Amino acid sequence: MKALWILALKEVRDGLRNRWVAMTILVLAALSLVVYLLGSAATGTTKADSLAVTLVNLVSLSVYLLPLIALMLSFDTLVGEFEQGTMLLLATYPITRWQIVVGKFLGHMLILLLAILLGCGLTALLIFLTSDNSPQNWAAYGWMMASTWLLGGVFIALGYSISAFVRERATAVGAAVGLWLVLVVLYDLALLGVLLADEAQAMSQQVLATLLVSNPTDAYRLFNLTSAEGVSQIVGLADVAAQAGVGQLVPVLVLTLWMFAGLAASIALLYRREI
Amino acid sequence: MLQRVDTAVPVELQGATKTYGDTTVLEQIDLELAEGESLVLLGHNGAGKTTLFKLLLGLVRPSAGQVRVFGEDPGTAAAVARRAALGYLPESIAFDEAMTGHELLKFYAGLKGVGGAACSQLLARVGIAEAADRRISTWSKGMRQRLGLAQAMLGSPRILLLDEPTSGLDPVLRSTLYEIVESLRADGVAVLISSHALSEVEAHADRIAILQQGRLLACGTVQALREQAALPVYLRLACTPQMAASIANQFDSRAVVRCVGAQQVEIECAYADKMNLLRDIAGLGDAVLDVDIKVPGLDELYAHFTAQVRA
Repeated sequence: MKALWILALKEVRDGLRNRWVAMTILVLAALSLVVYLLGSAATGTTKADSLAVTLVNLVSLSVYLLPLIALMLSFDTLVGEFEQGTMLLLATYPITRWQIVVGKFLGHMLILLLAILLGCGLTALLIFLTSDNSPQNWAAYGWMMASTWLLGGVFIALGYSISAFVRERATAVGAAVGLWLVLVVLYDLALLGVLLADEAQAMSQQVLATLLVSNPTDAYRLFNLTSAEGVSQIVGLADVAAQAGVGQLVPVLVLTLWMFAGLAASIALLYRREI
Repeated sequence: MLQRVDTAVPVELQGATKTYGDTTVLEQIDLELAEGESLVLLGHNGAGKTTLFKLLLGLVRPSAGQVRVFGEDPGTAAAVARRAALGYLPESIAFDEAMTGHELLKFYAGLKGVGGAACSQLLARVGIAEAADRRISTWSKGMRQRLGLAQAMLGSPRILLLDEPTSGLDPVLRSTLYEIVESLRADGVAVLISSHALSEVEAHADRIAILQQGRLLACGTVQALREQAALPVYLRLACTPQMAASIANQFDSRAVVRCVGAQQVEIECAYADKMNLLRDIAGLGDAVLDVDIKVPGLDELYAHFTAQVRA
C-alpha cells in the first residue's frame, strides 16, 4: 500500500512541476467560465436555470476535451520510462508491476480530481453567487463533476494500455490520437450513418441504446443529460434513454467497466513485456 | 555468537542458460558468490554480463538451469519483497532529470521502505551532498554515477550488483567507488561487479570470472587463473659486459633463453619453475646486476582465455 502512495505522489509532484496540473485547471476553469457566460447570454438573463444550461454545454464540450487531456496525461507514462531507461531501475525495486500501474493511476487521478474540482468548482461558485438554482440542479452539477472524473479515469487507463503496448513514444502519440478520434468522434458518426442507412428500421431501439451506451463518451453524455429534470428538458435526450430503459446506473457501470478493463490490460501488457 | 538462520548462499547459478529465439545469450553458467566476497565479471560488450544481472534480479527468467538468490528463485512473485536485500547499479543509469538528487533518492528509499534520514547520509557518503538540491539535469556523468551508487546502497543490501560501475569515471571517482565497495565487503556484502577495465579490478576482486559469448571461460582467483592458463613467466637479467652468452648457455637446457645484446638475457619459463631459476640466478653472484620478473597480468590472462574460444 505504501508503495502505491509513493508512486502516486511522485506523479502528482511531476504534474505540479511540469505545470500539467496548473494547465489543466486553467483549461477547465476557462472552459466552464466561457460556457457559463455564453450560456447566460444565449438564454437572456434568466437566472433560473443558468446552472442547467451551463451543465449541458459543459458536458458537450468536456466530452471532447477531457478524453484528450486524460490521454495526454497518460500516453507517455510507461513507454516514456522505458525509453528514458528509468523503468529498468524501477523494476528492480521491491514493487510489483501492477503496483507501478496502479500507483501511477492513483497519482494521475488525483491530478484530474484537483483540476476538475478547481476548474469546474470555480464556475459553480460564481453561479452560486450570482443566481438561484434548485438543489436538484446542484446535485446534477456535482454528479457531472464526478462523472467527468470517471470519464477521465477511463481514458487515463486506456492511455496506459497504449503506453504499455507500443515501443516508442511517437507511436503512442499516434495511437492516443487515433483512439480519441474513434471513441469521441467516429463512433457516433458511424452510429448515425447506420441509422440513416437503416430505412427499414431493422435495428431496434434496444440495440441502438446498447450501442450508444457501450461507448464511454456516450455513456457519459447519457448519464449527465438525463440527470436532472431541468437538464433533460433542455436536451430532450431523456426520451430516447427512457424508452430504451437506460437509467443512470448503466452508464456508470459502463464507465467503471471501461476503466477497470483499461487498467487490467495495461497491467497484463506490462507483465508480458521484458525489461 | 548468534548463528545466522539464513545460511543460504547469496548467489548461486547452476547450468543457467538464456536463449532468445536462436541466440544463446548465456550458456550453462555455474557460478557462486559467498558473503563478503567480491567477484568481477570480465567480458566484452554483449558477452552476457547484463543478462546475468537481470537473471539475479528476476527480470529475466532462465531458459534452462537454476538461479538462486539466498536459496530462492528470484523470478517468483514472492521474490519481489526480497529484492530489498539487493542493490543494483545499471550499466547506463537513467534518472528522472527534473528531480533533484535528494528528491530522487527519497523516492527510491520509500520504495525500499527506508526512512528519509538515511538519504542525507548516503548522499554525503558518495560525495554529492552539496549538489543534492539541484536538478539532476544539471549534473555531470560522475555525479549521476555516484547517485546511482547511493541508490544501490539504500537499505543496507546483502548483495550488490554493479554493472560497469567505473565506465566513464575519472580515477579519483574510481578509487572512491572501490573504497566504498571494500567497506561493504567488510560488512559481509556479496559484491558482483562487471567490468572491462582490466587493470583496476585485479586489486579489488576475490575472484574473477571471464565471460564471452555467453559462456563462462574461467573463474577463480587471479592466481588460479594464472595456473590454469600456464602462461610463461619472463625473467630479464641485466649482467656485466660480455657475460650474457655464458649465462644464457647455463640455462639453455631448462628454459627458452634469448640474448638481447651483450648485457641482457631473457629467460622464458613455466610459472612453476620460476623460483628454482631465481635461486640459481642468485647463485651467479656479481655477474647478474638486476632481475626483472614479468608475470602474466590480467590483460594477458584475459586475452589468453578469450583467444582460445575464437580459435
